[in-house]
Amino acid sequence: MKQTGNSDKPKRFGMVIDLDKCTGCGACMVACMAENNVPFRKDESKKLVSITWLRVYRLTNGKPYPDAEVCYLPRPCQHCAGKHEGHSPCVSVCPATATDYDQQTGIVSQIYTRCFGCRYCMGACPYHARHFNWWDPVWPKGMEKYLNPDVSARMRGIVEKCNFCFQRYQKGLEKAHMEGRRELEENEYQTACTQACPAGAIIFGDLNNPQHQVHQIAKPNLKKGGRPQNPKAFRLLEELATNTKVYYLSSKQWVQDAIHKPDLLDQTEAQH
Amino acid sequence: MFPFSFEWIWDMSHIIFMGGLWYALSILGAGMTFCIIKAILATANGKGGHHH
Amino acid sequence: MDSALIPKGVKRCPIWQFALGLGVVGAVLLWGVYAMFLCWFKGLNQTNMNDYYGFALWIWADLAVIALGGGAFFTGLLKYIIGKDDLKNIINYAVLIGFICYSSALLILAIDVGQPLRSWFIFWHANVHSMLTEVAFCLSCYFAVLTIEYIPLVLENRQLDKIPFVHNLTHTMHEHMAIFAATGAFLSFFHQGSLGGVAGVLFGRPFAYREHLFIWPWTFFLFTWSAAAYGPSFTLLVTRITEKITRKKLVKDTTIQLLAKISGWMMFTYITAKIIDTVYWATTTAPSLGFSLKDFYSNNPVYGYWILGAELILGGVIPALMLITPKIRSNRLLLTLATILAVMGVCLNRWVMVLQVMAVPVMSFDTWAMYYPSWQEVATTVLPVAYGIILIMISYRYLPIFPNEAELNPLEPETPVVAAADTEEAAEEGPEPGLTPAEA
Repeated sequence: MKQTGNSDKPKRFGMVIDLDKCTGCGACMVACMAENNVPFRKDESKKLVSITWLRVYRLTNGKPYPDAEVCYLPRPCQHCAGKHEGHSPCVSVCPATATDYDQQTGIVSQIYTRCFGCRYCMGACPYHARHFNWWDPVWPKGMEKYLNPDVSARMRGIVEKCNFCFQRYQKGLEKAHMEGRRELEENEYQTACTQACPAGAIIFGDLNNPQHQVHQIAKPNLKKGGRPQNPKAFRLLEELATNTKVYYLSSKQWVQDAIHKPDLLDQTEAQH
Repeated sequence: MFPFSFEWIWDMSHIIFMGGLWYALSILGAGMTFCIIKAILATANGKGGHHH
Repeated sequence: MDSALIPKGVKRCPIWQFALGLGVVGAVLLWGVYAMFLCWFKGLNQTNMNDYYGFALWIWADLAVIALGGGAFFTGLLKYIIGKDDLKNIINYAVLIGFICYSSALLILAIDVGQPLRSWFIFWHANVHSMLTEVAFCLSCYFAVLTIEYIPLVLENRQLDKIPFVHNLTHTMHEHMAIFAATGAFLSFFHQGSLGGVAGVLFGRPFAYREHLFIWPWTFFLFTWSAAAYGPSFTLLVTRITEKITRKKLVKDTTIQLLAKISGWMMFTYITAKIIDTVYWATTTAPSLGFSLKDFYSNNPVYGYWILGAELILGGVIPALMLITPKIRSNRLLLTLATILAVMGVCLNRWVMVLQVMAVPVMSFDTWAMYYPSWQEVATTVLPVAYGIILIMISYRYLPIFPNEAELNPLEPETPVVAAADTEEAAEEGPEPGLTPAEA
């Protein structure tokens, strides 16, 4: 992938989501929809055609009362890097180069004006992070006046997904440029979901920057495909070597057991 | 698609892949052109016209 | 009424019957066209697809129809490159079937994508690393090849052939058909393969993912192989159906037997490779990604081990064994049964590699997704079948598709009206002089 841009050290924007803190309130989902002009229908009960860039899943340990436990898991786009940085499952399959891995930020973008809606990327994504516009957006009367002007609205027939609120990064860079600097502070680029979470369960920042919280908490090991060195941290589908940028924290063993298969990690390690 | 478009990179994938496409299209185009020209010449020489 | 357009030496049904047939199939076609316009103008919400089923009936239909149309490239390869000259008796029909199959695939794709007017982006902004790009490129080029192969058949219409230039063009194209057939075979190898590659590269979907040979997953080679193996069986099946409807033998037995035998051996070698691949994937590849075979075939209402057995045994081993056994193959009914099982087998393989891939959950807390098509999807899938039947009807009526037809169905001798006149004249003249009544 041809990359232009500055020659500063590349960033890898990512998240740490603390599942012990998440209450499943859904404020993050709502904030995301508001920030990104995500369309919705009158009847949103059909979840399989509902567009939610960030979706909160409900996990249980399957035990009856009084041992029943619940865990809520917010799942944004994981911005996979794949085995070789840039080899996300979705990016490699798009036939029209409508989705791209940015080597400078680690963000997987979606180019709405180029996508022709073949939906191959949706089939490739194991996290179901990608959504298709089965309908044209219909905004309730007057709502078109308070859509976010920094985010393009999408028409039917194309795919969309979480882009880590990239418009906020661009706004932050503009502000920094006006002030004569090139680097952003940690709090100058934060996603909508991060800021909306009342429990502070989502933390967002540059995984490559040792001063950012996400780096300090997850401690990604770049020599082992970004594997977290924090024993409480894990990534979804680590064994598929998708090399995602969303790290989950949980102190509960049942959550860790339910989600990933640690015994496979040695095998995937051997393959790298 | 073309070497002069902004997304083009002179790497092996582009050369093999797009080269293959242009090669196949060239063979088809050249083959058909050849057949048509040969047919025009044969008609000019007064061949054909009988039906079986 | 249209007898001037009908090839010499063969008989065709009266035009009113033909028009009636066209009308019936045309009505079905119109139903499909209506559904197509609904999808284009109202959007893909007319289907039952959703975010879990981005690929559904249409993509299955595309893959199936392209696999079945593989008879065109493989028969062409066998006849023009390898030199199995006996196949000249069926190659025209194989080309026509291939043309219908590929034009159907392109039509379905035009309806399936979310923004059909942007389809050209796949060429203009091509991602050379994507399997789907390779599919699009090779499919388009190969459709051009099929058009080139079909044109001479059209130009051989009795009236068109009278035009000197047309006759010469047909002649030169036939002379040099090997170049087009070879290009077609090369392109087919790649697009049949890359359709398999579409599924095999999905490293986020352990059900579909396979180990690679260089840049190609094993599904690449299995798809090309299965298209070459099962495609000719589809050609044979359609030929048989056509013979039943026209109530005529259209292709010599030696040709049928040859193609059936080749198809059988290709199927046999393919299914052996496929079973080896399945075993390796089930025991090594999928477990290394955290899945056992059981995960793919349980806890859902549809996909059980039965589908694996149906695809491999019923749709693979059995028809292969039937077609390679001369005693069974020479029985036309059993041969037809084998081709039906074969067609079912390859359709089932394509279904599994598209829809079951979508159905299987990957994240541990995710669920199985089930799907059934909407009527609009069914109608738009039946649309190309109706179009194909109409094209076959028209081509069969007006073009010399079957070289053996005249020979296998000799026309009746001169009509009895002429003979009666002779007898009357002889009676008026009286018995021959010199002949006794007993000898007259």
